[in-house]
Amino acid sequence: MQIIAYGVAGWLILAGAYGMVRSRNLIHATVCLSVCQSGTYVLLLAIGYQWNAPAPVFSPGSPVKLPVADPVVQSLTFTDIVVSATVTALLLALAIQIDKTHHTLDPDDLQSLKG
Amino acid sequence: MSRRSRTVVFAAGAAVLAAFFALAVAGLPPFGNTDHPYRDLAVAASLRQSTANVVSSLTFDLRGFDTLGEEMILLGSVVGAVALLRPRPDEKEQNRSRTETNQSVALIAYVFLPLTLLLGFDLLVHGHLTPGGGFQGGVVLATGLHLLYLSGGYDALRRLRPLAWYEWVEGFTTAAFAAAGLIGVRNFLPRGVVQQLFSAGTVPILNILVGFAVGAGAVVLLAQFLTQAIALEDKDD
Repeated sequence: MQIIAYGVAGWLILAGAYGMVRSRNLIHATVCLSVCQSGTYVLLLAIGYQWNAPAPVFSPGSPVKLPVADPVVQSLTFTDIVVSATVTALLLALAIQIDKTHHTLDPDDLQSLKG
Repeated sequence: MSRRSRTVVFAAGAAVLAAFFALAVAGLPPFGNTDHPYRDLAVAASLRQSTANVVSSLTFDLRGFDTLGEEMILLGSVVGAVALLRPRPDEKEQNRSRTETNQSVALIAYVFLPLTLLLGFDLLVHGHLTPGGGFQGGVVLATGLHLLYLSGGYDALRRLRPLAWYEWVEGFTTAAFAAAGLIGVRNFLPRGVVQQLFSAGTVPILNILVGFAVGAGAVVLLAQFLTQAIALEDKDD
């Protein structure tokens, strides 16, 4: 189980990076970066997991019962997701501008300096 | 660099990363074990502050300063997208006449618009009690607003969404959050009883501030992309 949980995290990071290296489209590369970052979410959450421990939220009506899963890494994952979303938005905005000025989104066609 | 050599360079780097990652994982405590020292401290601190949602307590109380940075990243990305996507001098915004909308899609969007907004506010207000909170609630609010685009088209969205207001809301709420961080606001409000609506001190207030900042930020951000996709007409074409 240890190997599966952490292996998925490592595989997502490497698969995303491979996708970026082989990418022929900047939007595809942006999505690959998101896949890469998903690996970090899985890694963080896997570190905080505990067998048979519920989520660290004592909603009204439910008893305050310990132990729970580690909320520290969950909070870090949450920050990670927000950062990932903002980075994606900025990269997509850049892709739009590159398409306007160069009329292509293929990174291999963007080798010449212009301007 | 050719694609082939790029892949070779990547493969070499990936192999090293994979090897070290495997070594690091082998040194980690076993998956799902019972030993989480930070968890124990964080849960105790959260219950001391009467915050039922421990993740919320961490995000807005213990790690409040980190969340201030996160807010600034969000603001930076919104400002960056607005700057990058402003119309060029040779582009002009045109009035796109109302496009045909599928009536069943429009009906579903009209039904879900109030429900989604309600869900968004519910997430904001109960962020310290149940899963959810400012960031999620803000995104749900912004998504709900964009159901207008599905039901009434771009014109309906633009009429009912005065963008300047959202820019002001984004600015003011982020500034309020930053001011709270700069003057060193601690969780000074009465903490109340855990699992009650009025509990957790400043956590719900920061939750609502962040919710409006995120919602307004997402609306402003999506507006830039929508303008690019729909309203701009290139004179060259």
